[in-house]
Amino acid sequence: MTSTLHTPVAEAVEPRPVAVAPLASLATSRVVPLRRPGQWIATLVVLVLLVNFGQTLFSNPHWEWAKVPEWIFHKSILKGIGLTLQATAIAAVVSFIGGVVVALGRLSRNRFLKTISWGYVWLFRSVPLILILIFLFNLPNLYPSIGIGIPFGPQLAIPTISVDPLALGVIGLSLSEIAYSSEVVRSGILSVDQGQHEAAKALGIPRVRQFMRIVLPQALRSIVPSYVNQVIGLLKASSLLIYVSLLDLFGQVQRLSSTYPTDIIPLLVVATLWYLALTSAISIVQYYVERYYARGARR
Amino acid sequence: MSIAVEIHNATKSFADNRVLRGIDLTVRKGTVTVILGPSGSGKSTLLRAINHLEKLDEGYVVVGEELIGVRVQNGRLKELREKEILRQRSRIGFVFQNFNLFPHLTILENVTEAPIALGTPAAEARELGRTLLARVGLTDKEGAYPRQLSGGQQQRVAIARALAFDPELILFDEPTSALDPELVGEVLGVIKSLAGSGRTLIVVTHEIGFAREVGDWVVFLDDGVIVEQGTPDEVIDHPKHQRTQDFLSKVL
Ligand SMILES: Nc1ncnc2c1ncn2[C@@H]1O[C@H](COP(=O)(O)OP(=O)(O)O)[C@@H](O)[C@H]1O
Ligand SMILES: [Mg+2]
Repeated sequence: MTSTLHTPVAEAVEPRPVAVAPLASLATSRVVPLRRPGQWIATLVVLVLLVNFGQTLFSNPHWEWAKVPEWIFHKSILKGIGLTLQATAIAAVVSFIGGVVVALGRLSRNRFLKTISWGYVWLFRSVPLILILIFLFNLPNLYPSIGIGIPFGPQLAIPTISVDPLALGVIGLSLSEIAYSSEVVRSGILSVDQGQHEAAKALGIPRVRQFMRIVLPQALRSIVPSYVNQVIGLLKASSLLIYVSLLDLFGQVQRLSSTYPTDIIPLLVVATLWYLALTSAISIVQYYVERYYARGARR
Repeated sequence: MSIAVEIHNATKSFADNRVLRGIDLTVRKGTVTVILGPSGSGKSTLLRAINHLEKLDEGYVVVGEELIGVRVQNGRLKELREKEILRQRSRIGFVFQNFNLFPHLTILENVTEAPIALGTPAAEARELGRTLLARVGLTDKEGAYPRQLSGGQQQRVAIARALAFDPELILFDEPTSALDPELVGEVLGVIKSLAGSGRTLIVVTHEIGFAREVGDWVVFLDDGVIVEQGTPDEVIDHPKHQRTQDFLSKVL
């Protein structure tokens, strides 16, 4: 009785026969990775295209490589680079500090500061940089002098016509850049764990030091990569300074190519090479800065 | 016996969630008080109110005869200036469940940060830091970063950090809840070593064995009110209230 009842159940549960013996002999063999023929084909196609293009760089005479060395350290080009670097460096520093201030405004508990900073970001993210620069260039027409003072009381004013073009340019770049960098800084600050603020408060560390020593260094881990992006953008955006009558690297290349129309291609090559070099230099600095702010982050 | 902490009518709501419903509690100087209670009962909020990390809606806290976070003006309680509150906090140690060490600073820098911030000369602060690290059994780790240590070691660093101003009162919010079971003992050992010598400890924990062994007084909190309090023998071994009994049957 029992055995007749159990037999079918036992049969159903019994595992299917497996070839145990051949499997056991494979236990020590290496697993063959999956082949990916698609990747090989893609690699091949890209390689062929690259080699083709590489060939044209030398076989196509219109590149006029011989003229590149003549231009690359030309006085005007170097002057342009000087301006690019100067404007970028000043605007980068100003817009970082300004970005921190606006970000703190947006994160503040004070309703007024919050609204003002939000409004700033809204305005300067909306208006194109080119427009801001043209506005600034025309400032003497709009406000012949600017200053501050007690409303309807004594004023301290300077004539706008006397403002240095570089100062105007840097102000324009920074006004726009602060709007972006403040968002980068704000997201960095938000990425720091709430417990860090709490621990700093519980230890009685003063407010400014809480920010400078505990929160900001941790926020910088995520700020730096995005901020470097911004700075590289700034490097190229400085070509818009032509609208305040300043010629940066690209501005000089444009001017030279209208004077020497036969050298347009080598001049563009020169500009490309310089931008590559400058961006590479920034990337190297980025590597070290990131490494510094990553201390303690890994086990 | 003198009083270390007095809490009067502590009341706090988050939106319409009434988290503390008028808590009165007196903690005697030099004792270890253990706060027990289910999750969400308001234990952390009460503990944080003691050093004004949480502002009370009503009621007040007195630590060592000083009102915390507020002063009396024209018959009302007014919040103190930030600087004053920070000064008060620096004299109350606080140890968090998640350690909250500063990950970008070395172990020694974690301990010396607050003393240096409040004016201790750097060399003196380092001296003090090394003494405190030795006290929690971490002499050889001062140059390491927090993430290079085990959870138990990190919490010991956090305790050393809380000791920087030699506080008379130390608050612990579930100091062992984030630890692997085998690391709980080393942290409880350090806490136990801090008891006595006039120092007052208030510990929120689910470690009933620790409460029984080290606790002088046990407080059972549920739903924002103190359901019962007494010696460990009274509250843990002979609880009078149904809610206490239910809670203990779950954690024991
Ligand atoms: N900052 C806050 N904002 C809103 N609600 C909170 C906040 N902090 C705590 N609470 C709520 O208060 C209640 C008690 O929390 P807590 O004191 O942390 O409890 P416990 O520590 O006993 O687990 C919970 O319901 C929690 O969700
Ligand atoms: Mg809690």
